This record gives sequence, C-alpha cells and structure tokens, in this order.
Amino acid sequence: MLQEQIPDLAKYVEPDRVRREVYTDPDIFELEMQRIHERVWIYCGHETQIPKAGDYYTVQLGRQPMLMVRASDGKIHVLYNRCPHRGNMMCGDRKGNAGDFFRCSYHAWTFQHDGRLRSIPMMESGYAGTRFGKDNPDCSMKRAARVENYRGFVFASLASDGPSLQEFLGASKVAFDDMCDRAPEGEVEIVPNCFRVIQHSNWKIFLENQLDALHPSVTHQSTGRAAHEVEKMIAAKAKKGEAPLSYHMLSAFATVTIDKWDAFQTLNYPYGHCILTGYMGLRPQDPDTLAYDKIMIAKYGQKRFEEIVNVNIHHVLIYPGLSVQSPLQQLRAVRPLSVDRTLTEIWHFRLKGAPEAIYRRSLAYYNLVNSPSTLVNADDLENFWKCHQGLSSNGGDWVTFGRHLGRDIDKNGVVETAPNCGTSEAPMRNQMKAWAEYMRG
Amino acid sequence: MAKVKKSAVAAKAGSGKGNGRDVQYDVEQFLYRQAELLDSKQWQPWIDLFADDGVYWMPPEPSYKTWDGQPAIFAEDKNLMTVRMKRVLHPDAWSQRPLWETNHVVSNVVVEKVLPNGDLHVRSRFHMMELRRDDVRHFAGAYRHELQKTSNGYRIKLQRVDMTNAQAAYDYVLQVWV
Repeated sequence: MLQEQIPDLAKYVEPDRVRREVYTDPDIFELEMQRIHERVWIYCGHETQIPKAGDYYTVQLGRQPMLMVRASDGKIHVLYNRCPHRGNMMCGDRKGNAGDFFRCSYHAWTFQHDGRLRSIPMMESGYAGTRFGKDNPDCSMKRAARVENYRGFVFASLASDGPSLQEFLGASKVAFDDMCDRAPEGEVEIVPNCFRVIQHSNWKIFLENQLDALHPSVTHQSTGRAAHEVEKMIAAKAKKGEAPLSYHMLSAFATVTIDKWDAFQTLNYPYGHCILTGYMGLRPQDPDTLAYDKIMIAKYGQKRFEEIVNVNIHHVLIYPGLSVQSPLQQLRAVRPLSVDRTLTEIWHFRLKGAPEAIYRRSLAYYNLVNSPSTLVNADDLENFWKCHQGLSSNGGDWVTFGRHLGRDIDKNGVVETAPNCGTSEAPMRNQMKAWAEYMRG
Repeated sequence: MAKVKKSAVAAKAGSGKGNGRDVQYDVEQFLYRQAELLDSKQWQPWIDLFADDGVYWMPPEPSYKTWDGQPAIFAEDKNLMTVRMKRVLHPDAWSQRPLWETNHVVSNVVVEKVLPNGDLHVRSRFHMMELRRDDVRHFAGAYRHELQKTSNGYRIKLQRVDMTNAQAAYDYVLQVWV
C-alpha cells in the first residue's frame, strides 16, 4: 500500500545525493520501520543488564515494544511486550524483575520467561472446548523471530529470514572485539545507568553525523577552545604539568584543526556499517596506563597485547541503530520515535579485570560528552534540529554527499577513503546505499 | 531525595552566636542569590559561590551516595564549571545562539544541620521553567547544599541536585547548571 503511495523510491537515492523526503516524509518513515528496523539485527542490550532470572529490560525495535528477559536457565529471550489475551502490555516499567513468571495485570494470565503460556485463571472451566489453551501458540507471548548474542551484546531480528548476526555484522564486530579484548578478562560489564536523550530530528541525521570527520572542529569549536584554555591553566598550576586526560578528549575538538581530519580514514562495509579510524586510539604513557599495560601483557603476552591496543578506532557505526566508541567502552543505541524524533540510549562499560583508573577515563567521557548535560552533543543536536527544519522546506530538493566523491578505493566491496580524504562523505554514501537496498524490499 | 531527615534547625536555633532565624534568613538569601545569578546568566559570580574545592553534582538517580567514580549528569569542580562557562560564552556555541532563558523558584528551605564551626547542611526545593525558542520545559527537584561559613559569607562545598525527572528521557539536553 505504502509502496504505491511512494512510487519509485529508488529515484530518491543517487550515488552522491538523496531526496529530502527521505528524512521528512512520515510515509517513508513507516516504510523504513517495516523494511529496515523491524527486519535487520537491532541491538537490544548487554547481557549484564539482566543478570538474574526474571530480570527484564524493555526495548523498542522499530515500532515494536519488546522485552529482553533472562530465564531461569540463564538463556536470554526477546518477547513482544504484550499479553496474547486482550493485548495488554505485559510490563509497564522500563526495567525490573518479573519474578518466576510474567503475570498480566489485567486477567492474570501467566507466562514463562520464554513467553510460553503457564496458566490462565480457571483455565479448565473457562476454556474447555475452545481453541484457546496451552496447545495454541497464539496463547503464548510472541517472541522475536531471531535472537543472537555476540560477546555479551544481544541483538534481535523481527524477521525469520536474512543473514545471521555474525554475517550481518561482518567487519563491524570489531566494535565488540575491541571493547572485550581490551579487558584483561576478555569481557565487559555494563555500568547500570542509561542516559536517554531525545533528538528533534530524523534518525539518519544522527547516524550520518557519527562518522562525519569534517564537523567536529566546526560544531564543537566552542567546547574545544574552552577546554583547551582550562587545560593550559591547570597544566601551568600543576606540578606534573598535565591536566587530566578528559580535558584532552575535549580540547582535541579545537586542537585537531579542520585540515587535520583528512588524515583519518573511514572504512565502509556492506549493510551500511562504517568505521572511523583515528585519534581515540591514543596510547598515553601515564602510570595508570602503564599499570594496565602490565596486567594485559601478563594476561595476553606481549605480541597479542600489542595487537589489541593498536586497534585504531574512533567510532564504529553499525547501521541502522548503533554507534560504538570501543576504545572508551561506550555506545549509543538509536531508537527512531517518529520521522522527526529520535531517542538515543547511551551506555558505558567496565573492562573486567582492568584497574579503576582505566574505568574512570571512560566514565569521564561518558559524563562530559554523553550525559544529558553534555558539553559536546548539545551543539550536534542543535545542528540536527536545524537540518531537519531545513529539509522540511521547499528551499531545495536534495541533500548532497559529494565530498571526495570518486576518490574512494573499492576493495572487494569494502570502500576505503583514499589517503588524505578522511573527511570524505563516503560513510553517508555507504549508509544511503544500504538504505536504498533495504527499501527496495 | 529518598529520605527526608528531621530538621535540626529547631534544636540548634539559638545555640549559636546568632539565633536560628538569622541563619535561616542568611541561607535563604544565599539560595535566592544563587538562583538569581543563574537566571541572569552571571556565570562567573555563580561559580564564585563555590569553595575552591566545591563540587556541583546532579546524580542520575536518588540512590547515589557520592559523585565520585560514578555516572553523573553533572559532577563538576570549578575547573569544569569554567569550561562550561567559557563554552557557553564562546560566539560559536551554536546551541546557545537561540533565545534561551530560565526562571528558578527556590523554596521549602530547611536547615538540616548546623556544625560547631558554623558550616551548614541545607535542603530546599526548586522549580525551573526553561524557555528555548518557542518551547517551554519544566524541571523540578531538591537541592542539598553543604555550605562552608567564611568571613565573606557562605561558600558551597557540595551542591547536590536531585531532579524529579532525572530518570526520564531528556527532551533535548541541559545547557548549564540547574
């Protein structure tokens, strides 16, 4: 139906530009939810969010309200948050513990953690001779078609067909490998706090910004300069002559000037995933880092240790819903709410077995950059809103992605930006290529 | 805040040099001044209300006991406050360009504790209305101030801000301190 309303969707995407309606048309948004977010692998959460049997977390996949729940046997299930009886939402809280089973607040139907019907009040007398009861799968809570877990990170797909999670992730799984490998115990653990921030713009505008290497020194100049001034002030006063690393994370927005960003590189993969290599892979030589290095070398050996800490990643974008900063152990999950509203859920992790000081680095970034009082994202969100406003107008029909077009290097389907083309708009071109493929249906 | 402690002011009133009413009056004037400085965007005088080692803290939920080493919406010493101030004053702080105003009301001021040296623990309630472009938002919650008595009046050692809406999703972000 919707397809007929939106004829020739393919014409909306050209290799170097995209029609504005792709960002602003509510019908296209509905179709995106059907064909992308309710089909592909979407991040639900980390297994350590629900450590005990009965623990659950609600999560929105596309337009579908879901529950990620831990069963008594330790298995994680993803269910539609809905009672099959009269459609009542099963869990009204954002997170909690369901106890030994789910119990609907309306008529007390109960369900196992895997969604199977457990009991109905007076089931025999009430339902004998009807088609309703334990043998009818329609009387159980519906499950996500597929659930897979990669190194503790749980994904679900609401479609029974399509690539496996590992096939889908491809090279982008380095986001999780990089995070987990940096932990002496090879695992990460969630810090149980989720910052949730709503952007007043289409979900794709956020994703396109994540690997946009041209924007930081423009958008974030005010914070970069302010942090740099204070950083110098602290350094002048301090005996050791250095401000905490967190100041460096902020001042880099100003000290890494616009021309230097071309030195970075983006790698662009099938399904729209992209990696920005770059400066977060810094290796300071302070005592905290050296203490951590020692633990890591003892655990992994010198050779493997070097491999692990030399993974050079700033950002990994797992299209269409996850932005991961693995060297700082944080991620932002993208939940489109409507064509012009997008919720981001922001989490960070502890490296199991790493010293407290290493965690605190990640924490500083989480608080300063990713909290609702962010010193950085405030200006991004302002730009996103302005983008959405501009695209809603008749002032032009296209969004263009032409920077360094024609200079990208295609290596067997992986598009690498050429040397000194780090600000290439290749990641946006790559995301829209995947979008068009999904939307063809 | 989860638990409300019984007021110590009645017991302590009159036991110090001044009487309890003077303390109450001074504290209220101090809190009103702090609110006024925020609403009039006098950032440096606002920062100057803090002791040199003072901290402004907004926990993500009421159960948190310390700002140190945990997620925080704000956990800022004077250096970080200075970064924030310099940032919002920078001409290219894009999110600061549009019309943006706040209005704080502070009330329910209770002096919880008067220490022998004159330092105070004070709790109060606030309501902040914010205007940004054409949008109005409301934030409300509890302040808890640990105040140091100095020859120049009170200085803030720790200001804890428990937002009633701390755990709700933030529709857009917070620009400066609440």
